[in-house]
Formats: sequence, C-alpha cells, structure tokens
Amino acid sequence: MTYISQPASVGLIMGKVLLALGLGIAAHVAYFGPAILVSLTLASLTALLCEALMLRLRGYAIAPFLKDGSALVTAWLLALSLPPLAPWWLVVGGTAFAIVVAKHLYGGLGSNLFNPAMAGYALLLVSFPAHMTQWPAVDMLAQVHLSLPDTVVYLFTGHLPAGVTLDAITMATPLDLLKTQLKLGHTVNEITRAPVYGHVGGRGSELVALAWLAGGLFLLQQRVITWHVPVAMLTGLFAAALWFHVYDPDRYVAPWFHLATGGAMLGAFFIATDPVTGPTTPLGKLIFGAAIGLLVYLIRTFGGYPDGVAFAVLIMNMAAPLIDTYTQPRVVGHGPQKSGKP
Amino acid sequence: MRELYGFPGGVHPPEHKTESSGRPIAPAPLPARLVVPLMQHIGNPAKPVVQPGQRVLKGELIGKADGYISASVHAPTSGRVLAVEPHPVPHPSGLPALCVVIEADGEERWVDKTPIEYLDRDPSEVRNRLRDMGLAGLGGAVFPTHVKLNPAPEPNIPLLVLNGCECEPWITCDDRLMQERAPSIVAGARIMRHLLGAREVIVAIEDNKPEAIAAMGEACRDTDFELVVVPTLYPSGSGKQLTQLLTGREVPSGGRSTDVGVQIFNVGTAHALDRAVHHGEPLISRVVTVTGNVRRPQNFEAPIGMPLAELVALAGSPREDTTGYIMGGPMMGFDLHTDRVPVVKAMNCVIARSHRLFPPAPPALPCIRCTRCAQVCPVRLQPQDLYWFARARDFGKAQEHYLFDCIECGCCAYVCPSHIPLVDYYRFAKSEIWAREREKKAADRARERHEFRLQRLEREKKERAEKLAQKAAASKATAAMPTPDADAKRAAIQAAIERARARQAGVEPRNVDDLPPDKLKEIQEIEARRAKLREAMQNPPENTP
Repeated sequence: MTYISQPASVGLIMGKVLLALGLGIAAHVAYFGPAILVSLTLASLTALLCEALMLRLRGYAIAPFLKDGSALVTAWLLALSLPPLAPWWLVVGGTAFAIVVAKHLYGGLGSNLFNPAMAGYALLLVSFPAHMTQWPAVDMLAQVHLSLPDTVVYLFTGHLPAGVTLDAITMATPLDLLKTQLKLGHTVNEITRAPVYGHVGGRGSELVALAWLAGGLFLLQQRVITWHVPVAMLTGLFAAALWFHVYDPDRYVAPWFHLATGGAMLGAFFIATDPVTGPTTPLGKLIFGAAIGLLVYLIRTFGGYPDGVAFAVLIMNMAAPLIDTYTQPRVVGHGPQKSGKP
Repeated sequence: MRELYGFPGGVHPPEHKTESSGRPIAPAPLPARLVVPLMQHIGNPAKPVVQPGQRVLKGELIGKADGYISASVHAPTSGRVLAVEPHPVPHPSGLPALCVVIEADGEERWVDKTPIEYLDRDPSEVRNRLRDMGLAGLGGAVFPTHVKLNPAPEPNIPLLVLNGCECEPWITCDDRLMQERAPSIVAGARIMRHLLGAREVIVAIEDNKPEAIAAMGEACRDTDFELVVVPTLYPSGSGKQLTQLLTGREVPSGGRSTDVGVQIFNVGTAHALDRAVHHGEPLISRVVTVTGNVRRPQNFEAPIGMPLAELVALAGSPREDTTGYIMGGPMMGFDLHTDRVPVVKAMNCVIARSHRLFPPAPPALPCIRCTRCAQVCPVRLQPQDLYWFARARDFGKAQEHYLFDCIECGCCAYVCPSHIPLVDYYRFAKSEIWAREREKKAADRARERHEFRLQRLEREKKERAEKLAQKAAASKATAAMPTPDADAKRAAIQAAIERARARQAGVEPRNVDDLPPDKLKEIQEIEARRAKLREAMQNPPENTP
C-alpha cells in the first residue's frame, strides 16, 4: 500500500491550465476589446451548469467533480476559439454540446473520445459558419471601439449602438484574408502588406499567440504537460509550411506565419495536449502532435476552412487508441536492450 | 568513480529520515513473553521441534528448516516454552500463524556457540549451516540467505552488491547499522564473496546518508570493495533497479539479478551473517526503526518475538491520535492489524500512523490519462492502461501489457493526481489471474480424470461386449457339437450336483489329510458326537420334560 502521495490533484492541474491562459486572455482584451470576457463568463456559467446537471443525472457526487475544474477548462478553450463577437446562444449552445454530448455522453471526465471544446467548436463551425467569422477588428485598426456595456448589449440582442455597423467593428482574420486573396490570384507578398498583418502573423494576434506560447512554457515548467505534443505539432506545421514555402514563396506563406496565426499556439500547448483524448506513450505523443501539425497545414492551405486546428485535433483523437497500441515502449527486462558494462 | 547508468522513472518523496536517524541503536529490554513465528521467511515454514513446558536456551533451535527454501527459527532468549499455537503475526492478510510462545527466565543463558569455519569447508555444508542458523534477507523480503549464496548453476557470480540504499522514506535501520557496525557488515560481505566467488564487491548507499557513507568507507579501506554513492531516488534499493543503476544491465523479465551476474544483499543480512559465522549466533534479533507518531523515534535492536506494543513503548508511547501501525515504509509497507504481533525478521520499520502524518487520500477521481504514472514507472510500464484493464477485469490484456513485470513500488500511486490506489488494482489483477490459473489447473486435472474415466468405461464396455460375443460363439459351437461331448458335459454337471448334495449332507471337503493320527482321531470323535447330536435333533425324543 502507498500511504503517501504527491500534493497533486486534477483540480490543481486544471487550475494551472486556467492560470496559464490568463496572460493570453489579457493580451486578447488589450488588442480585441472586452468581448472575450463576456463570452468566457457565459461559457463558464453554461459549463458549470451543464456539468452539475449531467453529474446529477448520472448519479455522481457533484461537488468533487465540479471542483476538478475540467469543465471550466473546456469552457475557456471553447470561448477562446470562438469569435468574441459571436452571439450569446452560439457560446451557450456550443458549450452545452461540449459538456453534455462530447464529455458526459461519452463517459465523463477521463472517458471522452473527443476533445470536448473542439467538438463544440466543430459543431458550431459547420452549423453556423456565418456567425463564426465575427472576429473583432484589432484595436489599432478598428474604426469604432465598443464599450463593455455596448458589447454585452450587442452579444445578447444583436443591436449595435446607433451609427455603428458590424463591418466597423469586425474584420477578416489574417488566415481568412490570405485564403480569399490567394484565390483572387494575389501573391503572398502582396497580400501580407495589408494592415491586418503584423511582423510575423496578424497584427495584435501575433502577440496574443506569443502570450499563449508563454502560458504553454509555464505549463511545461510546471510539468502539467510534456514537451512532446507541442514540439511535434509546431514542428509538423513548420516543416510542412517550410517545404511548400521553399517550393513557391508566392503561393505558400512562410512557416513562421503559420505558427503565429490562428489557433496554432493555443492548439499546440492547450488543446492538443489534452491528456484524455490524446495518446499516452511518448512516441505516440510525437506522432499525434506531428500529424496534427501536418493536418492543420493541409486544411489551412488546401481545405475549405481558413484554420484547421479543431478538425485536425478531432481526427487525431480518433487515431489516439491506435497510436497507443503501436507505440508501446519497451518494458524493462523485455526484448533487445543496450548492453551495459560487461 | 564508477559510471552510473540510472533506471527509468523513480520519485523522491519527503525523506523523513532525520526523525529517527539521530539516535543510536538502543538494545531493547527483554520482554517477559516472546512469540516467535515459525514462518519468517520466503519458502516452507519451519517445523516446530519443541514441546510446551520444555526449557530452551538462548539461540536454541525451536523450529527446523523444512526443505531447501526454508530457514530455521531459534529461541531469542532462555526460558520455557509455553505453547506452540497460532498467534497474530505481521502479515498483510492479518491471519494468525503457528508460533512458539516462550516465557523468558531472564537469565539469557546461551547454547554453545559454534562459529562456522567457512574457508576450508565444503560450501554446500556451510550453506546448510547457515540455513540452520535461520539467516534470511533483512531488507524486508526475507529470502533464505543460504539459497542466495548458492551460485549454481553458474560457477560464480561476478558482482556482489551490498545494498545500503534504504530508499524508502522514514526507515533508518540500515543507515544506523552502517554507521555503528560497519566492520561487521564488511566481515559478512567477505563471507558472501567467498561463497559466491564474486570478483567485485560494491557497497551502494544513497547520497542522503553521509555518516553511513563515511563509516562504510572507513571499514572498506583495507579491502578492494568499492563504495558507490548513488543518487537518492526511490526505488534505487529495489534489486532490479539497483542492478540496472550499477551495471546498466536489465534483469530479464521474470528473472533475478543473478541472471545478469549480480547478487544483492542487504547490509543487515551481511551483519547477521557475520554474527552467525564468526560468533556462532543464530538470527534472533534485528534492528527495527520505530518512528512516525511516537514521542522519541529511534532504532532498536529488538529480539525476534518481542510484542509490537512493547517495542513501540520504548520510543515513548504513541501519541493519542495514532490510528495504527505500518510495517515497512510508506511506499510499500502494509497495515498491522494489532499491536500484539511480534517483531519478525522482516520487520525493518514500524511507523505509527496518524491522520496528521499520513492524511487519508481524497476520494479517487477518474483517470485523466495524464501519464505522470508512466513517467515515474521504473519498469517503463503504462500504469494508466494496466489500471484500465484491471478495472475492466480484462486480465488477459493486463498480462499482455506486462502486469507481471510490475514491482509494486508505488511510484505511480504516489504521483497520481486522481489519487487512484493503482498498486491495489494491480495486486487485485495479479491475484485474480493466479486464482484463475489455479482454477484452470484444477479444472484441467478434473477434465483429464473425467476423460480417462470415460475412456476406461468405454474400454470395459468393449471388452465385455467382446467376451459376450466370444461366449455366444462358443455356446453356438457347443450346441452344434456331437453327442459324446454333450454326454461328458452332462456327466460333469451331474457330478457337480452330487458334490453339492454331499456338501449339503455335511460332508465337508477334507482338509485334514495331513494331520497327525491323534488329531485325526480327535476329529473323528468330534464328528461322531456331532452325528449323534444331529440325529437327536432330527428325531427329538417324545417325552422330554
């Protein structure tokens, strides 16, 4: 019997994940306004309510499971993936689907096959594509700045203050713009001269990505996650992008642009690292991460959607058990081994 | 400096060594009554050789080793045998076992102590003597020492390792022993080396015991023993992990460290060996760490058979909030069900438990597959998968995922953020598999017996049928025979009938032909009397009164 245990708990792990997201959220608010705070709150409340409801229905003790914080992590990751100016019902519906269907109907904490946040995101993306593009313009480019009360009014009623149009507060995302402009026959070089682009990725959003990276490094330092998935995913994405970029820099944007835009950083450190839905073996994690990186690139470059983190993660979630089966590490005392001192 | 190879995983829990390591080993006073279990080692229990009421001397044999893998048991002091009866013993099952209860007379009179001349004796004879001295591994596994000192089938074991790692938290008995009795340990190691034919001897000590390292270094100075300081990382003291750490060689699955040419002994065993060989003293006491929720944690040299309650009292009675006792360390130890159990050879440490020192684990949450367990597993297992299979009672899958390579060190359970008692699940799965295998064997035997029976019945039926057929054929043949034979048969039948009739008439077959004439005469007289009586009974006299 083991009488002692490390002072670790699921709640502590999830708490650290939430803490690590803090810096990115702050950057988000700084560059894109307070809308994200509203959707985060909305998603959190929905998630906790759905979690409690499902636990009750399933006959589980509510308090210890609510305290584990896993529902909040799902809620935050989904809210951070959604456009902050998406209407309230989108956030509530997506979160409810994530918690009720993707998590609890698959067996709850530890048993779900798909990443709940990404399942919710994918559902919304295919069901309500128009609402999923309402990304706020970055602060320095926005013609109008919505105050927090105005934002809340807009999110719940769809009414903007007099004289403000939706176009004035939203804009195409860097990935979106790139995709549409490439189709029109422009070169990468011409397109990225547009004001939405910053030094590496999107203006403002590249700094949010940097904040996700910082949060991810914190998680690594705290040993909440291992390096395998983020490194493999970012490497996979980078390598694929580099390959095509070298082949034709006019049609294929630079690899660092891919790392700095869209859901790459958030996905690599916070989403693909979900232990429940990923493989468990070290080699399996590398394969899983690299495949996600590759899929993200393929979807972004050749697929119908501007970003592909959600679909790439969901596809690889399905493959996780198979990857585990074929990547079992060699157990000590079995099979060939390096010989020690004779 | 020897290159260390390391082993996968491992954890470093809070050490809690200083509580008990600061005080010297104190001899425990003699208890009034000692309860000495006959099963204190791996293998067959010793056979009791004393009777209630018998007087025994200190060190006298009271239980004889039974078979090769067994060890003898001796009286820890002089006195009188009160009983040979089942008594609670320190075992996870909590079941009582056969013990010899001795009432001490306080005189401590020894048997004749005969040291063992091991240098010029046949090693096999020396090993038998060691078995009779009751030597077993004092690190906690209590495997009979003489078995481990037999290098066969190899001509010798190249590397002898003295294990002074003591990697479990709280335990300090080896630490103190090395500090205080280093020369004796080295003397014991010399004997081991001689018997094994080892070329190299390594003394391995974790780097959190500087005093022990200094003392052992001093004692090893005039030898070619190599003192290796290993990093403090649980479970470095586990045989297979220590082998890998020192040699880089992995012990093959299901094998022992001797398979890669390494034999490992606990330092306490070396000390006991020295006492047995050089001083002729059987194993009747050991050093026990008493720590945890007691007032003065300390190491005691306690006689085997001393009641736990008395031992714990020596460390200043346990505090009021004590909830029980752990035998061994907090990683691999187990609960003692009562403080009436005696000190045994396996008892390296007793920890008084309290909720303050060992808070009960919060209720287990589901596994989130975080793989912290896999990261600390020294065997590179996937504990999260094994847990899943054990829970699902998918024991075949668990075995395919190397369940039986698990050393039950507890690292996985220690780091689990969901507080799942993982090792309990593995033990459960193992015992289920063992039970099933036993059942399967029994069922196989029963089936074999059943099939054999069916075969036999079938064979007998066939044989009977054949016989009948033969008979039928024979009788048919007889019926078709010519008359003379039939006449002969009829005559034979007639003769048989006559014989029967004669028998009925009282003519017994004559088995009296060889008797001497006087006996014959006597018999004839008896026969005559009988005939008269018979006649009288057939024609009873008319007017009998």
